[in-house]
Amino acid sequence: MTAAGRAALHIGAAAALAAAAVTVLPGALELFALINATVWAAMALLALSLAFAWGAGGILCFGQTAFFGLGGYAYAVAGINFGDGALAVPVALAVATLAAAALGWLMFYGRVGDVYMGVITLTVTLILFKFANSTAGEQWRIGAAPLGGFNGIPQTPPLNWPGEPDNALTPEQVFVFAVLCLFGCYAAVKLVLLTRFGRVAVAIKENELRAELLGYDVRAHRLGVFTIGGAMAGLAGVLFANCVFVSPTMFSLAYAGQVVIWVLVGGVGTFAGPMAACVALQALTAWAGTVPGFDPNLLLGGVLLLAVVAVPRGLLPTAQSLLVRLRPRPRRRGAEERPMAPAE
Amino acid sequence: MDLALAVGLQVLTGVAMLVIVSLGLAVVFGMMRVINLAHGEFMMLGAFAAVLASGAGLSLWVAMLVVAPVAVGLFGLVVERLLIRRLYGRMVDTMLATWGLSLALVGGMTMLVGNSVSGVSAPLGSVAIGGFRTSGYDLFLIGAAVALSLGVWAALRFTRWGLVARGTMQDAETASALGVAPDRVYAATFVAGAALSGLAGALLAPLSGVVPTMGAAYIARAFITVITGGAAILAGTLSASGLLGTVSTLGTFLSTPVLGEVAMLAVAIVLLRLLPRGITGRVFRRAL
Repeated sequence: MTAAGRAALHIGAAAALAAAAVTVLPGALELFALINATVWAAMALLALSLAFAWGAGGILCFGQTAFFGLGGYAYAVAGINFGDGALAVPVALAVATLAAAALGWLMFYGRVGDVYMGVITLTVTLILFKFANSTAGEQWRIGAAPLGGFNGIPQTPPLNWPGEPDNALTPEQVFVFAVLCLFGCYAAVKLVLLTRFGRVAVAIKENELRAELLGYDVRAHRLGVFTIGGAMAGLAGVLFANCVFVSPTMFSLAYAGQVVIWVLVGGVGTFAGPMAACVALQALTAWAGTVPGFDPNLLLGGVLLLAVVAVPRGLLPTAQSLLVRLRPRPRRRGAEERPMAPAE
Repeated sequence: MDLALAVGLQVLTGVAMLVIVSLGLAVVFGMMRVINLAHGEFMMLGAFAAVLASGAGLSLWVAMLVVAPVAVGLFGLVVERLLIRRLYGRMVDTMLATWGLSLALVGGMTMLVGNSVSGVSAPLGSVAIGGFRTSGYDLFLIGAAVALSLGVWAALRFTRWGLVARGTMQDAETASALGVAPDRVYAATFVAGAALSGLAGALLAPLSGVVPTMGAAYIARAFITVITGGAAILAGTLSASGLLGTVSTLGTFLSTPVLGEVAMLAVAIVLLRLLPRGITGRVFRRAL
């Protein structure tokens, strides 16, 4: 099957899944469970954004939550000032995208090595965390919106139909919107990988020096991938802000760590794996949180440790190569799977 | 004049704290190219060791200067044996694994002691400088930073262990052909780094509350210092601490502590944009 055919198949499968979720879940779930499902969809989008930056671009970003949080904060601040949630979405996307572009410019055009990149992005999100925590008090407000310090912005405005500020979306509609965003972004990243830009980005991930010697601009392609990832994380922040509310937690180390864990456990280089791992691990932590006296961080840390030591390639690629090994050998040549190709 | 002296002392204390916080990380990173994201949690363990030991009736000085580094050094040995040695040469995987370790340590410690703040009060009272008073403990920290730096320098420069360690880091194969076991050298270096982290946590315990999550407060500062400093352990840590500590303290003095830290981060990022290999990638290249 050609790459385009495979991508079409995957996008079709995702569309079927999304359609099933949109038609079945709003009727089947209680309101609380539905809002939870919306949070999970937002988180899956966050996982997808890092899966793209890391898996397709080879960019080790430990601070994807920086753009997630900035998107959420920008949405809340703009929404309160405009009195219209729909107008705030493009503002939030613009803020997250610009922040990612600026940070990416500093890192890629400064030729910072990949390990340093991880540390710099992590530091940025930690600094944002501290800064957001310290914005308590009346002097910290943007327009009509108080930043609220540790408490965040509880009166985060809900999404509404474009042009009708009083017609807020119901939780069911927010869920449908979240699933549509997730599906749209999944389809978009799959399609991006089919373009010349996407193929060059993967080539750079595979072998930076070789790609550069062949005349491709490593810095510009990395910057492009990183910026797209940042924009998606910002959108995830908007969705998250709609079902919970924005607070400095969005920048916290625990969140930043979880995103990396999802992608690593699901499989770097795949897109479906991290999203599935995100949902599975969220369910697991939600369950662990109900066990009295147990700290979910212990579970997350344990999972990460185990994943690095035992299944360094992640669950989806490991499962795929197991399947390939178990299947009777087809006759044609080249049946050996290409483990590094960004498949699903 | 007194004000200048007081501010100068504040700056020195800020620099000293950065040196103390980053030295353990710098040893492990500079020698082994291992980025230990659990560094903050090693400090947390050191702080808890000191608090528990002094609570058990030991003198605070013994608890801080002996118990904490020994306890965390032993813990580092276990971590090296079980985890780090499987991942040598895989820098990114080491980072991820130590991050998992850091989350697990925070979670485990929270389960053990709860999410409450314990602590010890700073000894040594206060010292008068002209019209100002400053904490005697701050002066002690400056002394400790100087002593630690001198100690690391002397150990690397003059002892046989330092020579062997430096040789192994330069070329493990040649060192091994000459009869050195690189495994042991790596293990010893990691333990030394862990002990320094534990000592740092204990030294800072009187200044900050001791909670399971305290590591996160230091890790960003420690990393940005070590990476801005570059590969040379001492020259890098000292030059980066000097620069960033000054920026951060002056920023704090002029506005708020958070803006001081933000200013420090901004300077570090601009510096990395100009010198991607850190300060010692360009100057003091041959320094230790």
